[in-house]
Amino acid sequence: MDKTLHDILTVAVIAAATMSTRALSFIVFSEGRKIPRVVLFLSRVLPSAVIGMLIVYCLRNISPLAYPFGAPEFISVALVVLLHLWLKNTLVSIVGGTVCYMLLIQLVFV
Amino acid sequence: MKDYTAKAAFKSSLPVMVGYLTLGTAFGVLLAQKGYGLIWAFVMSLTIYAGSGQIVAVDLISSGASLITSAIMTLIVNARHIFYGISMLEKYRGTGKYKPYLIFSLTDETYALVSGGNPENTDKGRYFFILSVLNQCYWITGSLIGNAIGLSVSFNSAGIDFSMTALFVVIFIEQLKGAKSKAPAFIGVICSVLCLAVFGAENFLIPSMLLIAVSLSVYGAITRKESKNG
Repeated sequence: MDKTLHDILTVAVIAAATMSTRALSFIVFSEGRKIPRVVLFLSRVLPSAVIGMLIVYCLRNISPLAYPFGAPEFISVALVVLLHLWLKNTLVSIVGGTVCYMLLIQLVFV
Repeated sequence: MKDYTAKAAFKSSLPVMVGYLTLGTAFGVLLAQKGYGLIWAFVMSLTIYAGSGQIVAVDLISSGASLITSAIMTLIVNARHIFYGISMLEKYRGTGKYKPYLIFSLTDETYALVSGGNPENTDKGRYFFILSVLNQCYWITGSLIGNAIGLSVSFNSAGIDFSMTALFVVIFIEQLKGAKSKAPAFIGVICSVLCLAVFGAENFLIPSMLLIAVSLSVYGAITRKESKNG
């Protein structure tokens, strides 16, 4: 198959697969249908649990037993937490943490 | 009131603006380095619209993976969206004409914002819709900027994707401050770390989701019993 055509089809397949994971729950529990109690309970406590899971997901490639032992990630996350508790400004926390991380992996822990 | 809703949505979207402009740039640079130009960046960000999913997509497309491989990889990487759907079932009910787009655009970052609900005195459907559209605009803009940079100059963007981690850490702190019970947040972290240790970085997401769902259900049963007895 022509590479460009294959590329276009791949984008279409990825778009459709992504959409289906987003739509599944809404299709199963469509409007007007009663949502079971356990699902309702989960819907209220899931958000904070899932954000916790996403942080772990972002940090999944750290190797704690090999150099640099996750130090750039640990330092940068700590900086984000400190900045945020101190200044309570989301933009400062994100930009500060990201710049710190980029400097650490590009210049310090190379 | 209409203006108030739009203003509130814009204000809420600012953290994601920073996150998406930087992360979108990372995606755009990566795509350019594989030899795909602006039209690809635009179409992918418009139709796929998934942060980390699109970074995986760059690999799949440039390596010429089979369509079935691409479908399966995407389903695995994005399986967590099923969770987002479950937790937004109630909030997105009755949003009418906005609903299809709200579901399509439920990315990690948008979810992190909308899961907090809409501010008082705002039109729910319209607030979520404006917030979601703004986020996708930031993402498209970021990916185009990154793609243009990647095509023209060499720029060491290594580590720029940390903006996503930083965004989630900030949201995690905010949720902990506002939460009645802090247990679910820590259940999420502990279950994920356990599964990461057992299943490894490539396979831990789906076991984590199952373990979190089971743990939270048990936690719910226990707290219900306690509130009945107490």
